[in-house]
Amino acid sequence: MLIKRAPDLKWSEVTDKALYLRRREFLQATAGLALAAAGAATAGCSTLEADDGPHGLPKLSFKMGPYGTTEKQTPYKDVTTYNNFYEFGTSKSDPAENAGSLKPHPWTVTVDGECARKGHFSYEELVKPYPLEERIYRMRCVEAWSMVIPWIGFPLASLVKQCEPTAKAKYVKFTTLFNPAEMPGQRVGVLPWPYVEGLRMDEATNPLTILAVGLYGEALPNQDGAPIRLVTPWKYGFKGIKSIVKIEFVEKQPMNTWQIAEPNAYGFYANVNPNVPHPRWSQATERRIGEFFRRPTLMFNGYGDQVAYMYKGMDLKKYY
Amino acid sequence: MTRTQWIRRVGKPLVFLTALAPTGWIIWEGVTDNLTANPIQELEHQTGLWLLRFLCITLAVTPLRRLTGWNDLIRFRRMLGLFAFYYGCLHFLTYFCLDQFFNLRAIMADIVKRPYITVGFTGFVLMIPLAVTSTAAMIRRLGGRRWQLLHRLIYVSAVAGVIHYWWSVKADIRSPERYAIAVAVLLGFRLLYAAVKSRQRLRPAPAAALRPPFARFSAIERDGSPD
Repeated sequence: MLIKRAPDLKWSEVTDKALYLRRREFLQATAGLALAAAGAATAGCSTLEADDGPHGLPKLSFKMGPYGTTEKQTPYKDVTTYNNFYEFGTSKSDPAENAGSLKPHPWTVTVDGECARKGHFSYEELVKPYPLEERIYRMRCVEAWSMVIPWIGFPLASLVKQCEPTAKAKYVKFTTLFNPAEMPGQRVGVLPWPYVEGLRMDEATNPLTILAVGLYGEALPNQDGAPIRLVTPWKYGFKGIKSIVKIEFVEKQPMNTWQIAEPNAYGFYANVNPNVPHPRWSQATERRIGEFFRRPTLMFNGYGDQVAYMYKGMDLKKYY
Repeated sequence: MTRTQWIRRVGKPLVFLTALAPTGWIIWEGVTDNLTANPIQELEHQTGLWLLRFLCITLAVTPLRRLTGWNDLIRFRRMLGLFAFYYGCLHFLTYFCLDQFFNLRAIMADIVKRPYITVGFTGFVLMIPLAVTSTAAMIRRLGGRRWQLLHRLIYVSAVAGVIHYWWSVKADIRSPERYAIAVAVLLGFRLLYAAVKSRQRLRPAPAAALRPPFARFSAIERDGSPD
């Protein structure tokens, strides 16, 4: 006998398949909230302070670091709405418009390669050991514009030391997150993803080199490379890889993304050099954001005293 | 109102104001501080894009006319071409006065050393004789045929403009690619049309067999009037 039962579940009540497939995101989001709450409860242990700064991001505690310039700082609005971060689109307004989808917490950084202390570290584990300092640096984009940015971070040298690199470690290779769901620009093949950068060991441990976690006293906004990025002020901006998920110690010089994309225009070193033009434009002058007149570009972006010794005897026209 | 009167009193002023609208928009963005953190570069970018757009619109007049048979379109061509030149002037002046601030040495070095500037500058300079000879008196002086030959320089300017744009971008060539396709289609149409016409001339068909859209242009072609 066929017994006909009224269905107790209407189609309208069935979870949408697309939503069902994303159930892990909900779980993660909930877990993230719980963690954030726990983190806030243990304020003081974390470098992130409980209250937000004037720009709505967590305030950071830091001391003033060395090498700072006294030049006029580029306004926060310009630093956070005019920059390149192709993972969110190729126009300079795209990062600010599209970076909302990036989830910088929780965040894991993998340390790997020729070093003793490998492993996966949460952002908090990675950053906690190092006192944060402010470094007010000039930033010179390869597109011939520049800014002055008060970064908050710590010397990469401290982290390198703690990772105990082996004698084989000649370079440090960095990789950005690859996740097209969070980084819509990665759905388009304008660059080979994920973004990769590298430094020679002496460059990585140069006291100027920092891993930045904030700017203007607050945590990094997503569009500027949250939660952690590289800053090498004597090199063109594209060396400053953002949203880092992997740090590897390697023996061979890694190929960085822009070098892969256009090897005759972008090299491994990418030192700011007014005497070596980009094949398509001059690098002799730059426009400081907020200024009307172009200004001359300085060798090593004005950081020659700190970095020139590393390139003694090198033909910088060849190693651009 | 006759058709000609309508074009003069309504059509042309309407097109004129529409073509001027981007200038108003750019100025508005400027006074409201919306031309990004790098307004000079943005100004260069916007005026350059409008130059390319007006080049494409101008180049679209003839193909559209031939495909639709809407011959009044030709009456707007001079104005559209002059607007392309106008945005070209704004583009060049932004570079010359604002970006380089009259630094002739830097500008000359750019023109000589930087291929994308060489190409862009050439494309712009080639538009000057076209603007100068755009008046009815100049057309009479030159004669229709010579005038038409001279004004084919716009093809060179359009191609130069696209190359200039292509070489100026980093990695993301999607936007210059769109303009390259547009210009290729617009110039390709002319090649195709010329090929079809020369075949028709070789094999003269009875008048009835010449069907629109191609048939009805023969008269206008000989007429040679640009406006």
